[in-house]
Amino acid sequence: MSGVRVLVGTHKGAFVLASDGKRDRWEVSGPHFGGWEIHHVKGSPVNPDRLYAAQSSSWFGQQIHRSDDGGKTWEPVGNKFVYDGVTGTHQWYDGTPHPWEFKRVWHLEPSLTDADTVYGGVEDAALFRSTDGGQNWQELSGLRGHGSGPRWQPGAGGMCLHSIVLDPADPRRIFVAISAAGAFRTDDGGENWRPINQGLYSQYIPEPTAEVGHCVHRIAMHKSRPGVLFMQKHWDVMRSDNAGDSWQEISGNLPTDFGFVIDVHAHEPETVYVVPIKSDSEHYPPDGKLRVYRSRSGGNEWEALTKGLPQRDCYVNVLRDAMAVDSLDECGVYFGTTGGQVYASANGGDSWAPIVRDLPAVFSVEVQTL
Amino acid sequence: MIKVALPAHLRTLAGVSGDVSLDVDGVATLGSVLDALEAHYPVLRGAIRDHVTQQRRPYVRFFACQEDLSHEPPDAPLPALVVSGAEPFFIVGAIAGGKRDRIERSRGVRQSVI
Repeated sequence: MSGVRVLVGTHKGAFVLASDGKRDRWEVSGPHFGGWEIHHVKGSPVNPDRLYAAQSSSWFGQQIHRSDDGGKTWEPVGNKFVYDGVTGTHQWYDGTPHPWEFKRVWHLEPSLTDADTVYGGVEDAALFRSTDGGQNWQELSGLRGHGSGPRWQPGAGGMCLHSIVLDPADPRRIFVAISAAGAFRTDDGGENWRPINQGLYSQYIPEPTAEVGHCVHRIAMHKSRPGVLFMQKHWDVMRSDNAGDSWQEISGNLPTDFGFVIDVHAHEPETVYVVPIKSDSEHYPPDGKLRVYRSRSGGNEWEALTKGLPQRDCYVNVLRDAMAVDSLDECGVYFGTTGGQVYASANGGDSWAPIVRDLPAVFSVEVQTL
Repeated sequence: MIKVALPAHLRTLAGVSGDVSLDVDGVATLGSVLDALEAHYPVLRGAIRDHVTQQRRPYVRFFACQEDLSHEPPDAPLPALVVSGAEPFFIVGAIAGGKRDRIERSRGVRQSVI
């Protein structure tokens, strides 16, 4: 392991930030796809030079690009995301049926075992898979079709499938999360799905403990313990020790349990990071202080990490796909803000420094340990 | 040859720097020129028209000879000056506001869009 590459998706293009293992000097390349909204860029764990990027435009729709040289050059691949079979309806904001309409790709998750296989989470919520390097996409329609789909409803940001977590111990098990439907799991490679939302409580929906309807913002897992999941829900930070069969709240002493990102330390499965955000109507940190909170006990007990982060007059947001960790000996933690900063910590969060300060609003941050 | 002027993002996607010239078999219509464009530049499929319905994307507009052709049916013949290559067929990303001469300069075209 000799270095890291940080893949940043922003409101107006993608950027690649590269450093050696010290992580104190960075080379910045980009913007790639200047002017396009880049919801996500992610590399294959099988072949780190294979990257996938999702570009979106209100004018010109969805594009997917692929790189085979670590982001130096890109080629367009397939952008045809067509729902399988009868499209059907979900609930609109007012509760009326609304036909499923493809809008954009939110998240690309490359396979853990095959560089040509990649999953795409899209809005309106569905899961697609390509097995030919992104050229062709097929919906795993058992997710929308398992029964609760007609009751799904969009969150404020749209009805997006934003989290795709692959189980490293069981290639047939996949977790996904949808705003505002909840979390779902397949144990047979995507044929059959079921909601895994027991224990979630969302007081603003008609039935607070409903099987579906929860606005899950992000799910994270440590690869050594795939049965343990951490969740940042709209409100509430949650934990499951049984692969999502049930959840317990671990918000503990957080100043607010609203937020978007959540991630796990690369070498300490009980060390978890969140960035508390004041509220769903005020998408900025409490008191104008940008603080990452770290729990070393798997939740409930949290410490504020502030060294190197702005502690006054800071009113940025940190969006759901905008935190990642590297797996160097001393774990690096990274997150991007809607103010265009990408902060890095080379010591597990003890101290932070900006890699860049003035990018467009950051949508996503992924890290490759090279 | 029919000249097609693309907006900047689609020129980048297609890997072209200026207008593109297309041969269109048979009667040149709105639909057939888009078919020919997508056949030459498959990366543009889905960026101008929906993959399945073939309907124009809402923020994409078509213009030629000072006329807005955006709502013409796919089998509408193109103006003779476009068919002869004297005037380009414009594919435009809809815009609101802006300054006419600046838009013309940035697009490298001779007409702008309100």
